[in-house]
Amino acid sequence: MTHPVAPGIRSRFGLSFWLTFIICMITWLVLSGMFDLFHTGLGALSSFGVAWINGHNFAPGAGLGRTLGQWARFAAYVPWLVWQIWRASLHVLILTFDPRMMRRINPRIVSFKSRLNNEMGLFILANSITLTPGTITVFASVFGRFTVHTIDDASAEGLPGKMEERVARIFEA
Amino acid sequence: MDTVFLAAAIFLALMMGLSLYRAIAGPTVLDRLIGVNAIGSKTTALLVLIGLIYHRVDMFVDIALAYAALNFIAVLAASRYFQKKKGLYDQPHRGS
Amino acid sequence: MMAVLTTLLLTGGLIFFLGGAVGILRFPDFYARLHPAGKLDTMGLLLTLGAMALYTAAGGRLGDWLTAIKILLIVALVFITSPTATHAIVDAGVRAGLSPWMREDEGTEHDLAA
Repeated sequence: MTHPVAPGIRSRFGLSFWLTFIICMITWLVLSGMFDLFHTGLGALSSFGVAWINGHNFAPGAGLGRTLGQWARFAAYVPWLVWQIWRASLHVLILTFDPRMMRRINPRIVSFKSRLNNEMGLFILANSITLTPGTITVFASVFGRFTVHTIDDASAEGLPGKMEERVARIFEA
Repeated sequence: MDTVFLAAAIFLALMMGLSLYRAIAGPTVLDRLIGVNAIGSKTTALLVLIGLIYHRVDMFVDIALAYAALNFIAVLAASRYFQKKKGLYDQPHRGS
Repeated sequence: MMAVLTTLLLTGGLIFFLGGAVGILRFPDFYARLHPAGKLDTMGLLLTLGAMALYTAAGGRLGDWLTAIKILLIVALVFITSPTATHAIVDAGVRAGLSPWMREDEGTEHDLAA
């Protein structure tokens, strides 16, 4: 597979390979819990195999600084997302136990166009929308057209709103 | 503390019973799939609880991890399979 | 202290699980049922497994810490896979041609087969 972007990163022993190797190795060490030479060697061998076969399509085609910056901003995005999920979960929980639930819900299909232009951002936005209770992404196209199923009016009016801004902030600069 | 974990485990088992109703009586196949998925995600928590009750968390957590992955793959495979079966539902087919 | 915190988190998680189970039974059609099924269960799993990870890590030895990290790894796995599973079910419904339950003007129940 040849990619037009950043050939040095996606080559066999480029940055992407080593990132995959390091992440596999850390996962192995945590999951096995044994640190003697034999077990660590087995882990290094299998991590090398995974990175050898699969390592070239891990990192996005950007330099090391940009990639690390994006990961850092993504790590800052996750707590905010968990906070949003918590708020929306409480809303759906109250809705579930409401005796007049059938009159309060109002399922609708909402469509909107996102202004994000890279695939990773669209992917993160679609998954964030699905992860937030009250909204489920039914369809998301590569060009940013979203179709979302919402459970009631309060969930529907928050779309796409702040979440899209936050996702866009991960990929700027 | 063991009593708390035991009570939580029994409560989770009752919740699985509630979800089982949807898995048995759901009007469409996809309703049943939702019920099975809900049971699976409760089982993940239940496995870790059982580990805490028996004081062997280090062993049961691996089983829970494998079960979470297996639950995901089962739901994915089942929904990929059933979406090909047109005319499986009572509802007339609308073009998508 | 740790026991109180664990019990509180565990109780909160079990309330979310109860909401998920009741929501699956009460909501009108399967698009709406996915909202409590996929999401409240994920939230309940986050709270209960977080409580158990705290309780395990309070043991203090290296093995306890590794076990706690493994429990948090389950949470991360569920948070990554849950949207994909939900989307797979929605996609199957859309492709099979099921139309979602919508509300009429006066709150009368819409027949599913309409």
